[in-house]
Amino acid sequence: MAKIYAPKKLVTNSMKPKKEIVSFLLNYSKALSFVKVKDKSFEIIAN
Amino acid sequence: MADIQLQDALLVKKYVDGDENALTVLINRHQSKIFGFIYSKISDRDISNDIFQDTFIKVIKTLKSKSYNEEGKFLPWVMRIAHNLIIDHFRRNKKMPMFRETEEFSIFSIMSDDSLTIENKIIQEQVEIDLRKLIEELPEDQKEVLMMRMYQDMSFKEISELTGVSINTALGRMRYALMNMRKVIDKHQIILTN
Repeated sequence: MAKIYAPKKLVTNSMKPKKEIVSFLLNYSKALSFVKVKDKSFEIIAN
Repeated sequence: MADIQLQDALLVKKYVDGDENALTVLINRHQSKIFGFIYSKISDRDISNDIFQDTFIKVIKTLKSKSYNEEGKFLPWVMRIAHNLIIDHFRRNKKMPMFRETEEFSIFSIMSDDSLTIENKIIQEQVEIDLRKLIEELPEDQKEVLMMRMYQDMSFKEISELTGVSINTALGRMRYALMNMRKVIDKHQIILTN
């Protein structure tokens, strides 16, 4: 029988990022917009 | 499966069209898989959270700038971004993933010394001498092809050009050489292993 050298599985299905991270991402998404001027694209973050 | 992919694609489209709720659904749906994937490589919750955040910042920027090419593969695409950020993280820290010594995993299992021991070296030399003797017993045409192929690392095309026979003949001679050697090995019960 081959010896398994892989380390212990660290992941469980219930692993989730912090709520603050998800909240930040959603707010960031709402604040972010792109404006195209001619062939250039500008990133705008609303405060 | 196709249904979920369709829904992902639909949500991406909605989000690109300005529906912010679509992003909430996408994050909620895939956060466990993506975060779990990152944590499995990093083994540190705080750094995993940072990489998860950076992954979705890239996702959001790409989608909002309308540079995302929808092919029904949203999750694999996000995973690829996370994977690249994990590699960046290790490059930045100039270290490889850390292995902890546990009951099931010993660090020495991947740090073995592959060089041969004195005994194994002697055995290997003996095996090579025996092999040479076997090759010497082969008919001249078969021996010639086998020596060129195995010891001079020549291709069959080169062998055929040098010996003036077709590639098929050279292949055939090699095949017969191996068959003859196997016969002799079986007949005399010669052990050619280290």
